Amino acid sequence: MKLFKIFLIIFLFFGFNQLKSDEKNYDLKNKILKNIRCLICQGQSVYDSESDFATSIKLVVDKKIDESLSEEQIYEFLREKYGDWVIYDPKLNKNTYILWLLPLLLFSLGGAIIIKKTIFKN
Amino acid sequence: MKNKFNLLFSFLFIGFCFTVFFKGLNNPNTYTPKFDNKKKIPIFNVKEFGSNNYINSDKVFRGSNYYILNIWASWCAPCREEHPWLMELSKNQSIKLIGLNYRDDLNNAKKFVNKFGNPYSQNLIDDDGTLAIEFGAYGVPETFVINKDKMIIKKFVGPIDQKKLKEIKLIIR
Repeated sequence: MKLFKIFLIIFLFFGFNQLKSDEKNYDLKNKILKNIRCLICQGQSVYDSESDFATSIKLVVDKKIDESLSEEQIYEFLREKYGDWVIYDPKLNKNTYILWLLPLLLFSLGGAIIIKKTIFKN
Repeated sequence: MKNKFNLLFSFLFIGFCFTVFFKGLNNPNTYTPKFDNKKKIPIFNVKEFGSNNYINSDKVFRGSNYYILNIWASWCAPCREEHPWLMELSKNQSIKLIGLNYRDDLNNAKKFVNKFGNPYSQNLIDDDGTLAIEFGAYGVPETFVINKDKMIIKKFVGPIDQKKLKEIKLIIR
């Protein structure tokens, strides 16, 4: 009976560990899919789409997670195939620097105008 | 002087916005990926069309200077449109035309090939669409020109037409 209890505890421990790992992978998969653009849809992420393209991407992401690829490695794989556009959160590079720097420039310009006007008024 | 500058600035700003939006309106809604550098084909192991045998990429891409990989499906209307051009392309002995049947019902695919003719030297099955993703495709039909080093040198999105056929012939001559 004692042995049975020990086996039961070990079994439950590994069972729960497996469940926890599956849940972790499920969360990671959803996070990645929400950050991938469905290239044949209008303004939808792969997560939201049921198109053939999105369904295949979901399977590929599943496969890559099973192969223990990290989130960044999966994005890199997709970037290599489809370019920066496929990721909603693009990296800073020569094609995207305007996208990243323009808001900062506009913000600085606006700030400079406000400061100049305030000082000028005073 | 200041008013004139403001007016000129406003005019230029409105002109800039108008040009950006006008150009944007003329852009197609669907995304066409840029293809600017050669990419190595993925390594794969898939089922061959018409048999239950699995075949790997090394055996598929062997013995020719150029390979044309065409992604097709029986349910895809533009694939019917491009089929006569593929039949013409298949007459070229210097290439190997490979078909990749994408997310299709196998019986319908067989009926399609029997009805319209089989232009492919070899036909592969991609029943879940994952191999097409590994190639960087996003739909059907799509055609890849691959050289003997197994590098994708050109990608055609959409059906093959006379213009694209000419382009392919120029590449492989």
